[in-house]
Amino acid sequence: MLAMNYRGPLRVRIDHKPEPQIEHPQDAVVRVTRSCICGSDLHLYNGSVPDTRPGMTFGHEVTGVVEEVGPGVEKLKVGDQVLVPFNIACGKCVFCQQELYGNCHESNSQATAVGGIFGYSHTAGGYDGGQAEYVRVPYADVGPTVIPENMDPDDAVMLTDVVPTGYQAAEMGGIQPGDTVVVFGAGPVGIMAARCAWLFGAGRVIVIDEVDYRLEFVRNYAPCEAYNFRELGDVVVFLKRTTDWMGADVVIDAVGAEASGRVMQTLLGRKLLMQGGSATALHWAINSVKKGGIVSIVGVYGPIDTLVPIGNVVNKGLTIRGNQASVKRLLPRLIEHVQNGILDPKALITHRIPLEEVSDAYRIFSAKLDNCIKPVLLPPSARS
Amino acid sequence: MENIETRPIDPAQVKGWGVDADPKNDPTYPIKRRNDGEHEGYSWERPPQQPASVEVLHSNERPNLSATFGTSTPPAGLSGVIRRAAFKYSESSYGHWLPLMLADRVGVVEGYLEDLSRGHVPNVFAERGWKAEWKHNRKSLVTRVAVGAFLAGTAFAILRGRRSNSRPAR
Repeated sequence: MLAMNYRGPLRVRIDHKPEPQIEHPQDAVVRVTRSCICGSDLHLYNGSVPDTRPGMTFGHEVTGVVEEVGPGVEKLKVGDQVLVPFNIACGKCVFCQQELYGNCHESNSQATAVGGIFGYSHTAGGYDGGQAEYVRVPYADVGPTVIPENMDPDDAVMLTDVVPTGYQAAEMGGIQPGDTVVVFGAGPVGIMAARCAWLFGAGRVIVIDEVDYRLEFVRNYAPCEAYNFRELGDVVVFLKRTTDWMGADVVIDAVGAEASGRVMQTLLGRKLLMQGGSATALHWAINSVKKGGIVSIVGVYGPIDTLVPIGNVVNKGLTIRGNQASVKRLLPRLIEHVQNGILDPKALITHRIPLEEVSDAYRIFSAKLDNCIKPVLLPPSARS
Repeated sequence: MENIETRPIDPAQVKGWGVDADPKNDPTYPIKRRNDGEHEGYSWERPPQQPASVEVLHSNERPNLSATFGTSTPPAGLSGVIRRAAFKYSESSYGHWLPLMLADRVGVVEGYLEDLSRGHVPNVFAERGWKAEWKHNRKSLVTRVAVGAFLAGTAFAILRGRRSNSRPAR
């Protein structure tokens, strides 16, 4: 089959690989119909996530058709059209039982700090991902969800990660009616977090980024205020000033390891890889939230130490919340929001690119070429 | 900064405003359906164990393999030796993560050698998506290539000059 093949930092290509097999009684094999490139894939692409092995196939935002199921699969049937949550969850461990599906303890041997994730290095379980024609899906009765008949497939693929991650970013903020919410990052997740902040009753939503076309998009889509930090001088002072010098009630970090804006963080986190990413957005979040406020982190960082102003967290009495989105927990509500027209996730998709052109797709998304917000890869069978 | 005009949005005009408002969402309490199961330890009914058909390394912070695991790209070669050594250290140790980063870079070199051993010369320019750069960002690409070529040419000329200056006079 055709599959994306990681060859090293900034190098990916399309290759032929063997089709996945049933390796566990509760596995399914899914023929991929859509597979997005996620902003977090860029951390892998840039070589900043440890144990990302050349030869691996990325891709954790997948829809497809069930081609084969293992003998232990009871609910899913061959032919079902499914959306596949990015996290692999057993449904049985103590964490899954508490609906922490992003923290499953039975899907990742290599690390205890994170559950299994499709195509996301061996640190997240060593599973080949869905930027391919077929993908192996463990625990097929737990994560994969049959796509409602009337749902647009582009909406469905956005429900595998972008929508739940953006939604949970807002949810973890514990937003109370009238709160001012600041979102760092106008990528797909940041855009969705800004949109969802309103659903929790935010009184004001502000997005900070440096890419003008994305700021323009989120300004209209969320809708919200959106500012380019390059034009603000000191972004923290700007946010204090615009909140009566108090700071925001809730700040969301939807950037993670690839942040720019502070030389030291960029040097240590992105160039020298001496910390788990450039924590510029997190630094700004901690410093621009009010005393007693909440910082919600969904931006992805690597597992090694990262410099953040932890003293300010203590002195300001902050609550910091973060997690991989619990997609399965959130899906029923989010499907309803999409079907009711409250959320329109497919509007974020700007590029539909043949799987065979995966190298160019990564470049377009990574370098923010052609006003790209969200690229979707289409395997040959999905184009015919 | 003084000139930045802020234009707040009227929440009443936003579709879906407040539909999920949850005053009981207490951020000091994890988002989970608490059942105190963790007090029972490693006691849940485990799913069937996936047979280990390839070498799978596991964190020394757990006693076993997870019930399922990925079988992509098992450890091999020099990078595999480094990875095995790294897994002797815990996830809280630099001894774990830094060797893994090193192994990833070694793996890139092994990848080149593997390609060449199969008679495949990797097209690095295509792999880096330069076609997209040419289409959407041509001016920047040309500038970067020109600067790179200039720097490489300058370095070559300096080295060549030093070499000829260091030859003993006859």
